[in-house]
Order: sequence, then structure tokens, then C-alpha cells
Amino acid sequence: MTNAVNKPDESRREAAVLPPVDVVEDATGITLYADLPGVGKEQLNLRVEADTLTIEGEVVLNAPEGLQASHAEVQLPRYRRVFSLSKELDPDRIAAELAHGVLKLRIPKAEHAQPRKVQIRVS
Amino acid sequence: MFYRTLFPRDIYAEFDRLQRDLQQAFDTSPSIRGLGRGGYPALNVGGTAQSVEIYAFAPGLDPAKIDVNIDRGVLTIEGERASALPADEKVAVHINERFAGRFRRVVSLPDDVDPNAVSADYRDGVLHLSIKRRESALPRRIEIK
Repeated sequence: MTNAVNKPDESRREAAVLPPVDVVEDATGITLYADLPGVGKEQLNLRVEADTLTIEGEVVLNAPEGLQASHAEVQLPRYRRVFSLSKELDPDRIAAELAHGVLKLRIPKAEHAQPRKVQIRVS
Repeated sequence: MFYRTLFPRDIYAEFDRLQRDLQQAFDTSPSIRGLGRGGYPALNVGGTAQSVEIYAFAPGLDPAKIDVNIDRGVLTIEGERASALPADEKVAVHINERFAGRFRRVVSLPDDVDPNAVSADYRDGVLHLSIKRRESALPRRIEIK
């Protein structure tokens, strides 16, 4: 465990809050919304490795000097959530938007997985 | 503990007791006003010698529509968050965890704050309120002549 510092997945060991999400699927893709309050654009880390999507964010609060917490419902300064993508989704065309602490991800379905109407010929 | 489970009628009372025990074990200051619906927005409260700082983790709101009031030492944060889920029937909702609807959270403030010296800003979905303590309550050094 002590030599885990240099491993790339070291960050996964750090405790993090699981952010609440909404996931909606329509005919052309999946839209994911995640609540990440306190995470700015620079602190957001989105990764796709193979079929795994990782959303990670660091909470930054500009707390004044000498702040003593008396009540804390958010106790960890980090969010993390991992999703497995299914193979009809196109990880190269994911679009991300971050506004007011809400991340919106649009993951389109690959061309070959788009719905198409099958024509039936009657001979 | 075991003998109680022999009375099946008491199972709900047992759940209640378990919940109370867990709440007491994990929540250091159980609030009389509860945790609010869905715990939204989550609150962190702290203070310095000069001010009381309140952070409300309220992502996805229009800052103009958040209502913050201080009345007789009680701070109220309320508003409404619209659902992101479309009403369209052709979409499938796979996960629905984010809060939607009206919310209201209440914090009782210490006696030494000045309700006229409040600053509020909303950044990255966090509402930060800073309430100054009264001049008269600030720690001061007494000169000895």
C-alpha cells in the first residue's frame, strides 16, 4: 500500500463524495447531469478509458483565514463517480458543459447504432 | 437485543430505533428542523472571530431566484429547482437522483451577528453567505493605564 503513490490510479483510493446524477436516454444518445457544486472548470476532470467514464472534481471554497467549521454536511472536498459506457455509445464525441455547478454530458450513440427504419418490400 | 426480534409486531419500532441510533452516531448536531427534503442544499457552517460563514451547496439555480432572509436571528434559504428531466415520453430515465422542487433550509445564527452586514455570492453552484459579527462582540485587547 505504501508504494501506491506513484500508481496512476492512486487518486481512486482517496475518499470522495458520490455526486447525484440524472441519466436520460433518447434515440440519439444519452444525457447525463451531475451535481458538482463548488467545482470550477479547472477543477473538473473527465476521463474516458476503454469503456469507463470517470467524473472527478475538486471542491474549492474561498474560505476566510481562521475558519472554524461548526456544522459540515459536505465533509470531503472531492466528487467522483464512474460509469461503464456500453459499446453503442461514441466516447469520442462526448460534449460537456459546466454551469452553476451542474455538469451536463451528452454522449451520442455511434452512427451504426442510430435507429433506422427498416423498409419492408412486398414482392 | 435478540429477544426484541422475537416480537414481529415491533419490527418497525426496531427500524426507528436503529435509525435514531445511526443518526446520533453520525450526526454530531441533530437539528430540530431536520435535514430538509433530500438534503438540498447541503450546508456547511463555520465562523471566524469577525464573521459567520455559511456555504450552501445549491447547484443549478438562477441566483436571482434564491431567497435569503434573516428574521430574528434565523436565516432562511429558499427557492425552487426545476427538473432537468424532459417531459417527453420517448426518452428513458435511467437514473434520477438529483433534487427537484421547492427547498427551504433554516439556520439559527449566533446572537452576536449583524443582520445588516451580510454579503452573498453564488459561484460554481455554491451560495456563500458571510455575516459580520457586531463591532461590540469582536474580541479586543484592553489597554491598562
